Amino acid sequence: MRIGTLKQSYIADAALFDSRTQKAWLAIGAALLVLFPFMASDYWLYLACLVAINVASATGLNILTGYTGLVSLGQAAFMGLGAYTVAIMQTRLGTPFLLNIVAGGVVAMLGGLVVGLPSLRVKGLYLAIATIAASFIAHFLFANLKLTGGTSGLSLPPAQFFGLPLDTSFRLYWVIVPVMVLMVLGAANLFRTRVGRAFIAIRDRDISAEVLGIPLLRYKLLSFGLSSFYAGVAGGLWAYFFRVVTPESFPLLMSIFFLAAIIVGGMGTILGGIFGAVFMTMVPELLKLVVDLLPGGVEMTVFLSPVRTVVFGLLIVGFLVFEPHGLAEVWRRIRRFFHLWPFRN
Amino acid sequence: MMDWAYLFEIALTGIAGGGLYALAALAFVLVYKATRVVNIAIGEMLMVGAYLFFAFAASFSLPIWLAVLGSVIGTGLLGAVIERTMIRPLLGEPPISVFMVTVGLASILVGLVEIIWTADQRRLPEFLPKAPVMIGDAFLAPKIAYGALIAVVLIGLVLLLFRFWRGGVALRATASDQAAAYSMGINVPRVFSLAWVASAMIAAVAGIIVGAIGGISSSMGVFGLSVLVVVIVGGLDSVLGALVGGLFIGLVEALAGSYLGGEYKLLATFIVLVLVLMVRPYGLFGTHEIERL
Repeated sequence: MRIGTLKQSYIADAALFDSRTQKAWLAIGAALLVLFPFMASDYWLYLACLVAINVASATGLNILTGYTGLVSLGQAAFMGLGAYTVAIMQTRLGTPFLLNIVAGGVVAMLGGLVVGLPSLRVKGLYLAIATIAASFIAHFLFANLKLTGGTSGLSLPPAQFFGLPLDTSFRLYWVIVPVMVLMVLGAANLFRTRVGRAFIAIRDRDISAEVLGIPLLRYKLLSFGLSSFYAGVAGGLWAYFFRVVTPESFPLLMSIFFLAAIIVGGMGTILGGIFGAVFMTMVPELLKLVVDLLPGGVEMTVFLSPVRTVVFGLLIVGFLVFEPHGLAEVWRRIRRFFHLWPFRN
Repeated sequence: MMDWAYLFEIALTGIAGGGLYALAALAFVLVYKATRVVNIAIGEMLMVGAYLFFAFAASFSLPIWLAVLGSVIGTGLLGAVIERTMIRPLLGEPPISVFMVTVGLASILVGLVEIIWTADQRRLPEFLPKAPVMIGDAFLAPKIAYGALIAVVLIGLVLLLFRFWRGGVALRATASDQAAAYSMGINVPRVFSLAWVASAMIAAVAGIIVGAIGGISSSMGVFGLSVLVVVIVGGLDSVLGALVGGLFIGLVEALAGSYLGGEYKLLATFIVLVLVLMVRPYGLFGTHEIERL
């Protein structure tokens, strides 16, 4: 049982993993991630890969929206940029897998810098809607350029990883999940650095931050760039996972999905991005299971898609009204309960 | 060689269609001015109005005027329910939370409509006159012309109400300074409800006209995206901006649609949006808020 933490130096205070209990849990989590593919069925592996991709992208959006306070509805467009870059490099140039993924991230980052440019003048909701514009323009380009294969899109061969084709969920898992873990750790570390702290200062009050000597444009652009880099890498993994990229793959609804994920999970916490992405990806699947269990399943499946839409909306509204800090806050309450037990809490 | 008559005809159609944007934008600005809520679900509320009209007019085969009345009142009730259950609990929360609530609301409304009426496209019963309208030598599709006419009359009516009716005055007072309005004895929470109800009612009328022109489906809410562009271009809190922006975006869409192709419509409006935001971040007629520490 952990009663409290005694920290005797700033280094200990700023440590990424601060207690032994936490380290133990993380080790268990890592072990589970390694063991999972050997125990799970193909369906669950497929879901796990999808969840990992969504976690990566949601974490990126969380850097921008949760930590820097810049609301973006363009995350899907940046994922699309990454996915198309990967698809084009793979089919035209045949460059290696890792290089493509990184290139996808970089191209998306450049796109993010362009979209982020107005962020100094335009704020809050105006910015959110300006990013909708970005996603429409991106969709138009994907659908009309020769390079991107027009409306029919591009299809990819399976990725090659040191001569091994990544053509099953089992093999892809070993690439997607480590990349996701690396990116989440990177984000967690970011907020122990000068840059991350500047982001938080900008979120809390951007004018104060500027007065304190934080160059707003540079840091806002940096945040946009980082977040779209995450989106681009996630999009690249997405492209290898589904092996076909079309303009319809990255609709505005997908951007809303990621924003909803970090709201449901908890904005401005690393754990929140993970919880939110897992939860929002799994809910439709769970709904499907429930519908399958219900009597008269055939007629019920007609309603599956609209019911999903309603549940999606209810989750957003419900969390904002009743649990505005998201699942991460619920998690913290549970932890506190166990820390303080058997005393009142 | 430009075909001037053709251009004139297209511009006319665009401006008439813009009247509908202006009407929907008015519904949006009403809520924004009173409650500072960016209602991204405006297109979906429009859709609900159109579907209620469909239910009353086609399924229950009520007379048209009764169906219109029923759908306007029904959508107004919906507005009141939304305000009570989703917007009021979030008073004082950051604007982005309330914005996201309306995103969720949009999703709920689309899902409900699909559960009740399925996602298929449907046609509303014909109720607008069918005789073509000629302005000079230009031909204007009757539905669009009469739709624009109704929109203009309604906009005029709403503006008069704001100026002279007590509730309208209370609304304007709340919009300009909430605390002062409160201390002068205006029931601010009731004004909030009023704004949502009125906005939902206007949206219902806009929805019925839009549905009468182009049919209704569960993806009708896309109309709301253009409305969003209209209000951002005009300025979120400006009634004049909503009117001018509506006509302007209607014109841009019509020109882009007929000279470049249908897929350029939304692209053109969003490019206009970006350009306006770069020059005037608070819209053409919006209030420029000065920030202090």
